[in-house]
Amino acid sequence: MPTKPAGTLYRGREGMWSWVGHRVTGVVIFFFLLVHVLDTSLVRVSPEAYTAVIGAYKNPLMALGETGLVAAIVFHAFNGLRIIAVDFWKKGAKYQRQMLWTVLALWVVVMVGFSIRHLSLALGGH
Amino acid sequence: MSATQIQSPRSGQNSSGQDRSGKGSGGKIAPQYRRSGSSRGNFEMLAWLFMRLSGVVLVVLIFGHLTVNLLVGEGIHAIDFGFVAGKWADPFWQVWDLAMLWLAMLHGTNGVRTIINDYAERDATRLWLKIVLYAAAAAIVILGTLVIFTFNPCPVVDGVQLPGGFCPAP
Repeated sequence: MPTKPAGTLYRGREGMWSWVGHRVTGVVIFFFLLVHVLDTSLVRVSPEAYTAVIGAYKNPLMALGETGLVAAIVFHAFNGLRIIAVDFWKKGAKYQRQMLWTVLALWVVVMVGFSIRHLSLALGGH
Repeated sequence: MSATQIQSPRSGQNSSGQDRSGKGSGGKIAPQYRRSGSSRGNFEMLAWLFMRLSGVVLVVLIFGHLTVNLLVGEGIHAIDFGFVAGKWADPFWQVWDLAMLWLAMLHGTNGVRTIINDYAERDATRLWLKIVLYAAAAAIVILGTLVIFTFNPCPVVDGVQLPGGFCPAP
């Protein structure tokens, strides 16, 4: 059995923090996915059961939660494409830092657009 | 010379250290240090490759899913039983959702497997966490697949139509 490490040296900076962000968002998305398959499965129980549970996604607090979830998905998606570029593009490792800032810039643009659209739909009444 | 000398991993040569010609030895990995060809085969490399391939496809599938379900028309307000019934009446969305279910679950399960391997140090802990992970993943994938293929827009219980369903006019 391996013993507990005496402390782990991380290298810090963009490379490490993007790796941390990728792990954390990945786990969050995975647990939501388990719940999301279960709630969708209620269509097989009865139309009313499904519509009732989906109704829980339509309150203001959940609208913020959904925006946070989409923020995690969009970061994981764009950073995942960056990881693929680092692995398969000859100059990927050299430009990994610039690509991370590109990922974050695109993430901000997409999330501003998504938040305006989704929150105005979800919070703006009906 | 005793027989217990240990080669450096990339020497690719016998232990005498006398072959310095370098011909054919540059960058070669001695057989005992090769990661493939063991009982694990190429599994870890294939898992690594799968994460990249499924990742690209999932970006398209999930961005499409979010756009159609949250951004178009009335957005989240439009989602109810009828919305799902309308989508799954079309084989296109059945295949879309099925591919999304399988790829996302395999991608996510492999990601969590990696995290368990990284952080759970005791062998028994790793084993049990992975048993729970694989059982949960299998249950969700099987349930989701059955729901997509056995979905009925007009559910009837004991000869009575459930309210909210979409039934053909009698």
